[in-house]
Amino acid sequence: MKLVVTVVGKDRVGIIAMVTRILADNNVNILSINQNIMDGFFNMILLAEAAESKIKLVDLQKVLREQGEEIGVEIKAQHQDIFNVMHNI
Amino acid sequence: MITVDDILETNRMITENKLDVRTITMGISLRDCAHPNMQQFCQNIYEKITTSAEFLVRTGEDIESEYGIPIINKRISVTPIAIAADACKTDSYVPVAETLDKAAKEVGVNFIGGFSALVEKGYTHGDRVLIDSIPQALATTDIVCSSVNLGSTKAGINMDCVREMGEVIKRTAELTRDKQALGCAKLVVFANAPGDNPFMAGAFHGVSEADKVVSVGVSGPGVVKHALEDLKGADFTQVAETIKKTAFKITRVGQLVAREASKRLGVPFGIIDLSLAPTPAVGDSVARILEEMGLEACGAPGTTAALALLNDAVKKGGLMASSHVGGLSGAFIPVSEDEGMIDAVAKGSLSMEKLEAMTCVCSVGLDMIAIEGDTSAATISGIIADEAAIGMINNKTTAVRVIPVPGKKVGDRVEFGGLLGYCPIVPVRSEYSSEAFIARGGRIPAPVRSLTN
Repeated sequence: MKLVVTVVGKDRVGIIAMVTRILADNNVNILSINQNIMDGFFNMILLAEAAESKIKLVDLQKVLREQGEEIGVEIKAQHQDIFNVMHNI
Repeated sequence: MITVDDILETNRMITENKLDVRTITMGISLRDCAHPNMQQFCQNIYEKITTSAEFLVRTGEDIESEYGIPIINKRISVTPIAIAADACKTDSYVPVAETLDKAAKEVGVNFIGGFSALVEKGYTHGDRVLIDSIPQALATTDIVCSSVNLGSTKAGINMDCVREMGEVIKRTAELTRDKQALGCAKLVVFANAPGDNPFMAGAFHGVSEADKVVSVGVSGPGVVKHALEDLKGADFTQVAETIKKTAFKITRVGQLVAREASKRLGVPFGIIDLSLAPTPAVGDSVARILEEMGLEACGAPGTTAALALLNDAVKKGGLMASSHVGGLSGAFIPVSEDEGMIDAVAKGSLSMEKLEAMTCVCSVGLDMIAIEGDTSAATISGIIADEAAIGMINNKTTAVRVIPVPGKKVGDRVEFGGLLGYCPIVPVRSEYSSEAFIARGGRIPAPVRSLTN
């Protein structure tokens, strides 16, 4: 299963490190990262493969959400298919 | 390959434009539960519902979380109880409604529909018992929804039932007067009712359906409105194209949810209902889409044309996005459930008569309209007869869900709460009586289908 992880919030040191650490700890492989800073706001969209991961998606979402809240960013992880069906025929 | 813009667009639709899947509805046949003994029948349906839908809510929540798309309601529809319970030797189906309520609460769904009768041509004993039981059933249960189909293009209109339903609505209002006549919000009178509608209060599991099916109702007026905001002054070709594209995207999400729910529950996929279902929340209104097209207020001349375009474009866009489309499929115009409609009624731009005209071109009919409590049963029956006639002649589904709120007058406002919303009392032309017309009874014959002028 491919995941789309979106991260938005006020920029600070260590956001990417934190997110990628959680993914690595759970054996989720990163396929691409698109990241920028706009007006001091951090935006990142990350595509990852979770086929080898043991963690359930709902549990991974919970970890990302809670850790994100601690450093003031909103993190969402969604199954890629919702974007595929909406934008590809 | 999905792009960053695609991802941002989808998530903006969900967070800012209130895109959601309105309902996953499991249809369950109760035909195999029939039993002459009422107690045994109730036990049969309780067991069938609670085992069939045991994992419905959890599955819905899992899909909601994994894909990041809100799924607002999980619901159940069942075989019309007048059919399923016809064999019971009884003169009241209130215990059946109570069993439905209990089973639905046990599995955690938001509503259960199917306390219904299909009587467009005539009554069986079960149909009579069911219709007599409606007021008490809706007063003693919380989440049971009831519907009666009393007309169709093929059969004409059962005017005996039209008369009776005016009285049933009044009795239901009286029995639930302490809750603003909330019982009437759970009761729909139909012509040409579809057997695969996943939306309440009119959902029932049609007799030609499989034993169990999963259907999905989409939503998304906010997304359509947002898409039109970029088209100020553009011509209607562009407006229609934009609505089609947006409806396609919305429906694809519904199709994904339906496919996943069907797979995980091991229940066949039924249909996607392509309805734009509004909520009372700001930014989730069908009326505001019509206004975005250039009308100063919903109800102004041009409203019917705007709604016709919207309804047609939603269907055209949605049809290609789903393998099976059914149910009501169109724009809903439930007054109390649509912030823009509420506003239009409050400022006087939208009247009962304009709403009736709008029902000629859109999904369903006069929906969630609060009227004065002392409106006579005959006047309500007259409203039902008019809507049924529109449905019968135009070969479409029409319905009436009016709420005569005891003690309320034009100028007052009623709150139903939650998705049912709030509504100013809508004036009804009741100064002239329909009494003698409704008292006739009998049947209006089925219409000719040629010479269509």
